Amino acid sequence: MTEPSEHLFRHEAGRIVSALTRIFGVHNLALAEDVVQDAFCRALEVWKFRGVPESPAAWLMTTAKNRALDVLRRERTARTFAPELGRWIESEWTLAPRVEELFAAPAIRDDLLRMMFSCCHPRLREEAQVALILNILCGFSVDEVGNAFVSSHAAIEKRISRAKKVLAASKKLFDVTAAAEFSARLPAVQRALYLLFNEGYHGASTESAVRGELCQEAMRLATLLLEHPLGATPATHALAALMCLDAARLPARVDAAGHLNSLLEQDRSQWDQELVVKGLRLLDLSATGSALTEYHVEAAIASIHARALSVEDTDWEIIVSLYDTLMAIRPSPVIALNRAIAIGERSGPQYGLEAIRAITNLNASPGIPSTSPRSASLSLRARSTKTRANTSWPPSRSPAIPWSAIFSNSA
Amino acid sequence: MSEYVFLYRGGETGRSPERIQQSMQKWMAWFKELGQNGHIKDQGQPLERTGKVVKGHQKTVTDGPFAEAKDIVGGYTLIEARDLEQAVELSKGCPILEVEGGVEVRPVMKLNM
Repeated sequence: MTEPSEHLFRHEAGRIVSALTRIFGVHNLALAEDVVQDAFCRALEVWKFRGVPESPAAWLMTTAKNRALDVLRRERTARTFAPELGRWIESEWTLAPRVEELFAAPAIRDDLLRMMFSCCHPRLREEAQVALILNILCGFSVDEVGNAFVSSHAAIEKRISRAKKVLAASKKLFDVTAAAEFSARLPAVQRALYLLFNEGYHGASTESAVRGELCQEAMRLATLLLEHPLGATPATHALAALMCLDAARLPARVDAAGHLNSLLEQDRSQWDQELVVKGLRLLDLSATGSALTEYHVEAAIASIHARALSVEDTDWEIIVSLYDTLMAIRPSPVIALNRAIAIGERSGPQYGLEAIRAITNLNASPGIPSTSPRSASLSLRARSTKTRANTSWPPSRSPAIPWSAIFSNSA
Repeated sequence: MSEYVFLYRGGETGRSPERIQQSMQKWMAWFKELGQNGHIKDQGQPLERTGKVVKGHQKTVTDGPFAEAKDIVGGYTLIEARDLEQAVELSKGCPILEVEGGVEVRPVMKLNM
């Protein structure tokens, strides 16, 4: 008997809800969700007795489509649906073929992307966008979103239901074929995926499985963005590179006792080399165009770490320069803190501590630092006992960042 | 060996896609184990939760459901077990118990007794 692939139901939930919402209209999102729930319960009942069908994803989609047809027939006078259905809905002769058409492969290809952009509505705060993406596109229940954010059921439910109201009031789903609007909203989508990834990578959940899943979801959605001609910009490539290079370190992040290992303590032989290679290749592809985004710089930092054999082998000089650049593009206490750690590595712990002390308003940012200032100080102190040979400090001037070396990783 | 029918009642509504998938995998693992140990005579069928009831001399036909959601039979399996005690023991592994559902264990009457 075949086993369905991991997270099949969750991933299909996102795809099917997105397709149904296009057909029902965004104001009928809840109805679309009910239909999916219904189709999935049906799959459970049938599959547990008869086994998983040959193509489970297609089975789920077809079941949802049939349910959707039932709903359209039953409610065609009581509700208004999406304009796509138009007058086709009025007669049984035209309804079924039209629904077939709307569910055909080319029609549903962009559904996830359309929903992804819709979830990043400018009237929604960033955390609401991320919660909505997790709930609608990734098939996380309210409890599962709450679990990921270490937030109460009530708080997340409120956040998600408010966000859905905004979405419903937006009247129609985002039009992914409108190039100008696409490009205008793309940064918000990139940012939401970046935050989703960070929630997994640095987030508060103590379950490493949950965090790993968030990272995987962000990477899955970033891949979707890369597959779209308008979505595959240099910044998206840089974002995807960053995700791969950071995710490569995930296996080494938690020790046997479940404690987080900082980058400095990790067993680098556990890093996922396949992801490193993929990340470096994506970083190469990001090196076009005129804009240097924060994703470029963060990915560049991650690439320096990924290529260093050890902490000592790391080019901290370049990393400090890159953090300087990052502070100029998007300053935050977390980045300032990481910069201080890099300074400590480059020049010695006392300089790192000085840099930490120089950081003001550490708590002003909503971002959750993976390393608190205190533990960063401690880690610097702990390392201060090591002798550091050939340290020349202060250097007359930071050398220019060798961008060409960073963005040409084919070797 | 004697035959028993497991009737599955209630369970499974309003759960997340991930939980539904996990539940299905548990069911499949449970059936597989029962089968490997020679306890499955007929794995049975899932049943729709709606239908009709026909009653009495008048042959009155009414719509289902005929009971509260938690009591509706959602499927059945024909089991082989040594005795009722063993059949009950086997039913305790059923994943429906984790979602507020129940298993009704009913001995099939024997003809030769």
